[in-house]
This record gives sequence, C-alpha cells and structure tokens, in this order.
Amino acid sequence: MKNDQTLGEILRDQGISRRGFLKFCAATASLLALPPGSVTAIAAALESARRPSVIWLSFQECTGCTESLTRSDAASIEDLIFNTISLDYHHTLQAASGTGAEDARQSAMKENWGKYLLVVDGSIPTGNPGFSTIAGISNVDMLMEVAAGAAAIVAVGSCASFGGIPHASPNPTGAVSVADLISDKPVINVPGCPPIPVVIAGVLTQFLTFGIPELDELHRPMAFYGKSIHDRCYRRPFYDKGLFAETFDDEGARKGWCLYKLGCKGPTTYNACATTKWNEGTSFPIQSGHPCLGCSQPDFWDAGGFYQALSIPTGDISRAAVYGAGAGIAAGALMGALNRGRKSHAVRVHKKVTIDDLEKEHEK
Amino acid sequence: MAESRLADLDIEVGDIGTHNVIPLLHEIRHALAQLLEDGKETVIDLRSIPLAPGEEAAIEQALGEGEVQAVLSALGPSNFRETSYPGVWVVTHHNHDDKIVGKFVEVASIPALLRSQTEDMSAGLRRLEETLMEDGGSRGD
Repeated sequence: MKNDQTLGEILRDQGISRRGFLKFCAATASLLALPPGSVTAIAAALESARRPSVIWLSFQECTGCTESLTRSDAASIEDLIFNTISLDYHHTLQAASGTGAEDARQSAMKENWGKYLLVVDGSIPTGNPGFSTIAGISNVDMLMEVAAGAAAIVAVGSCASFGGIPHASPNPTGAVSVADLISDKPVINVPGCPPIPVVIAGVLTQFLTFGIPELDELHRPMAFYGKSIHDRCYRRPFYDKGLFAETFDDEGARKGWCLYKLGCKGPTTYNACATTKWNEGTSFPIQSGHPCLGCSQPDFWDAGGFYQALSIPTGDISRAAVYGAGAGIAAGALMGALNRGRKSHAVRVHKKVTIDDLEKEHEK
Repeated sequence: MAESRLADLDIEVGDIGTHNVIPLLHEIRHALAQLLEDGKETVIDLRSIPLAPGEEAAIEQALGEGEVQAVLSALGPSNFRETSYPGVWVVTHHNHDDKIVGKFVEVASIPALLRSQTEDMSAGLRRLEETLMEDGGSRGD
C-alpha cells in the first residue's frame, strides 16, 4: 500500500463499493455528531485525503487505551481507519522489536518529516529520566524528538491529556501531560480512562477529513466533549424532578433515578458516554447503575471520593475547580461547593449537603 | 444456563423518560410535510438524541411496519424498512459483526443508498465490457 494513495483509492482497491463508502461516511457523520446532511462533505474530504503516517508512543500508561481501541469490534469504522493509515510505530502492536523497531520509527520520521501524526498515550515523567525509558531513551527525549517533525499530536487517554493516574497526588514521578511539554504544535486531547474506542477512531477520522477539529479550553474535540454527561443523560429528568437514588439498593436505585447523591460526576464531566455509549452502543456506567467517575476531566483521581456527591467539598480541589471553570461550568455545583461556608461545615461534621441546601444558597 | 432477561431482575425501567419521543415524531411529521411540499429530503440521526432505554423501540413501534423492506450488503448489512407512513424509512447500518454502527430515520421517497451509485455503475459497465471482450464476441451478437 503506497503512502501517496488517497483514502478513496485505498478503499476502492479493497473492493469497497460507493454505497459501502457512503455508508461508512454516514456512520462517521453520526460518530462525529455532525448533521446527516454532511455525508457528502465527508465523502469528498475522505476521497482526496492522503494516507497518513502515524507514530504512536506509549509512556507511563497501563495500555488500557490501546486495549480499548483494539478490543472494540466495531469493525467497519476502526478497521477501516486503521487499514487506511500507516501505523509505522506502536511498540505494543508492532512485530518488530529492539533495534528494528527503533529503525522503523526513525525511517518513518525521516520519510514523513513535518507530515506525520503523533499519537501519545501515557504521561511523561519529568523526575528521574530513568523512571520510564524505551530503548534506553527517556520518555521526555523521545517525545521531544518525535514531536519536532509531527504535523499534530493526539494525546489519547487522561494520562497523556492531563497526567492521569501517574500525576495523582503525590505524583512521585513528576508526571506531566503532553501539552505541559509541547507548546509549538497543535495538541488534541482525547481524555478518558480509557477513551471510548470509537471516539479515538472518530478523532483520527476527523483529523483526516477536516484537519484540526474545533477544540474546547482543554484541547478536547467539541464533537465528543462539547456536552456534559449530565446534559445528555437519559436520567436527567429524574434530577430535574429531585428523584435520587440514596444507596445502591434502595427504591430509587431500582427505579433508575438520578445517581447524583451517589457521587455521579456527570454534571462536571464532558464526554460522549451518554450518547455514543460503550460496547457498540450497548450502555454506559450510569445506565448500568453506577455514577460517572469523571474520568475525562483533569485530576479526576484526586477530585474527592468517587461516591461523594459533588456538593461535598474535598481537601484539595483547587486545580479541578480551575479546570472546571475553564470548561464552562459556570453554575456547576463544584464551583458553588468551593466557596460556601456551609459545605465546609458539612465536611467537618461529615454531613451530606442536599440539593435543597444548594438551591437555598443559590437563592441567597 | 438460561439467558437472564431484564424482566427477571428486580429492576424497574424508570417511568420518566426523556420526553423526546413525541417531539421526534413531530419532527418526522414536519419533514414528511416538507417532502410532499417541495421534495426536500430529511435524515434524522437517532443516535444523536438522548433516549431512555425503551424509547428508541417506542419510536419504531409508533412508526409501525410498511410495505417495503430491503437489505444492502456493503461493509456489513444495512436494513431499510419503510414504516406505516410511506416516505418515512428506518435505516439501520450494521458492521461485519452485525453490530449497529448507525441508525437513522430517513424521510424520502427512496433512501439515497438504495439507488445505484454512478461510480458503481461505471465500474460495472467496465466490468461487463471486459467480460464481453474476453469472450471475443462468442456470445453471438
């Protein structure tokens, strides 16, 4: 397969009919939350897009992001994308090892300098360089070397996007995100622990189709991270009516009421789980009866207990609050929780703050 | 082991939905009226709208079954089903593993993908010409 072929030519070579191609474009439009009428524009852009070289670097990570992508079996979308890109380096998936693997990376960089797409999963330790190395090269050095020739960088997962779990307090390795180190290249964050597989593929498709997508303040594509889980949650009407599950086995839990009081981070979490869902659109955590953990937000690991309502303040949520405000949570419960004396008192006496309490304060 | 069903579990599906079913049916009504008025076709992506469990089925039930069903085999099967309201189609795209990758309500006299595509017809013509050339005119025209 030549790198100078267009995606349209590659698909035709694979025996995919125009109908099949348009069906793929219709599914892509749905995935990118674009209006169905945009299928023609997607088709035209994909027809002429060139096969990109992709270098995928994995740093301080658990391989969950790669697992998420490769374990998905929505063959039409992800397979098509990965059959049409040239994945020249991915140390978990490639057959080559040792010197051969590093040679492949060097030659892909040389042949496609300035044009290749760099995908990163995992955070980067800035403490001792020996904390994480590949082929004897520290993560920082490898990132800076490969990023220098990249057209754009996609940070896959919360670790690459925001530091993730390695960055959690006390952050023993000095872990940072890609965007903390790279400021002269476009960085697209695709957070989640892991991200939804079709979202990873969708972002790559979006990049191939229309270039750098529209991003929010945290460099996340608006198509997938533009709405909060809460805004798109099918349980939202219960929240609006004040119907909450108080425990995991009470009447509210059995009736599928809102999980806010069980610690759901949906109101401050921006992701596509509520509409795209997981496992080929089968379900998502809230539909399965579990609160959202907020895994696509910065510092979700340090943002208080997973089962504490957002109205309960935590000891150290200043950074989370700043990010939350940056993401546009103007009237979110989180910001309210930060500055209200009543909630500080609640923490001291381990007393839960109710929705009524919050509303009363809002009225003040 | 017998397959477990939701109804066997002590879980009730909430009685408050998203209230998106009726507005969506009205959207389809408007689209059908517009199709009749000026021929403008409409496609509604069912996966872009928050729906509670059971609401997608409620929409399909409300639309009912019509006279035409068709299957397209390209990158997995796609089902085209005209509803009891002629001009309103439910289109479901599956991948090779039969997983749904897209579900749409298409308001049109015929869904776009059911029409033969110009590129495919051109390729088919070339193929037919090549086949006849290989036969060396032995078919006796």
